[in-house]
Amino acid sequence: MLFQAILFYLFATVLIGAALGVVFSRNPVHAVMFLVLTFFQSAMLWMLVEAEFLAIVLVLVYVGAVMVLFLFVVMMLDINTESIRRGLTRYAPLGAIVALLMAIELVQLIWLRSQADISPSAFAANPEGYSNTKALGSVLYTEHVYAFEIAAVVLLLAIVAAITLTMRKRPGLKVQNISAQVAVQAKDRVRVVKMDAEKKQ
Amino acid sequence: MIGLQHYLTISAMLFVLSIAGIVINRRNLILLLMCIELMLLAVNFNFIAFSRHLGDDTGQVFVFFILTVAAAEAAIGLAILVVLFRNRRSINVQELNTMKG
Repeated sequence: MLFQAILFYLFATVLIGAALGVVFSRNPVHAVMFLVLTFFQSAMLWMLVEAEFLAIVLVLVYVGAVMVLFLFVVMMLDINTESIRRGLTRYAPLGAIVALLMAIELVQLIWLRSQADISPSAFAANPEGYSNTKALGSVLYTEHVYAFEIAAVVLLLAIVAAITLTMRKRPGLKVQNISAQVAVQAKDRVRVVKMDAEKKQ
Repeated sequence: MIGLQHYLTISAMLFVLSIAGIVINRRNLILLLMCIELMLLAVNFNFIAFSRHLGDDTGQVFVFFILTVAAAEAAIGLAILVVLFRNRRSINVQELNTMKG
């Protein structure tokens, strides 16, 4: 249990440090890298509470796909960071005030108001032979199968929307007209010319 | 002992940081999107902690769907960003004032 607590504090410290890096780093590429670290540490923390399936999904989907997408976009766009970062100091006091207010409210909610309902004890141990993936699958495909299908439609929508938004037709592009190629007949291509044989010189 | 409140605290810290990030970095659209991702992560922390605390797997199913929707949102958001940059040569939020009356 002590080992788990040490791991928790280690992962949590790195997580918060990486989140600070996301917010305050000057270079967008560094911010993306810090966000990758944040997701990775979150996956570790989820692993500690035995939410293994979601931890792996977080690493595979977020670190593997979404953050690579972010990285591609950041590197593809030629952003003038200096002009953008100029606002950092201007909005810093406002940001600090908003964050402080939010933090006070949340601390009050989590640590002061909830003492009666939530005992500060550790999570109850899972029963022997508990499989997180199996348990998730058994509710995901039975009770929540309708929501699961809607999620599939949402992903399809995202694919279609992303492609239609970013696709552009450049003029003067050399492309094949497949239907015209398939529909072509022999008489369109080969012309038989009747002519007399040439005389020998 | 690491319990529910520790996880809620981590989630609250992440959420507060991302709110500060949205206010501070409100010129750069990419950083805004990344801060929104951080906020969603904080929400997922809450769901997982409560799911574990209450011994109910439905919370983790919720996290699954939030991850799905967040991935879709990131893809569409980045596509909009690319189109925006192609048209305006800038992703500065302050310059997007075409709709201003």
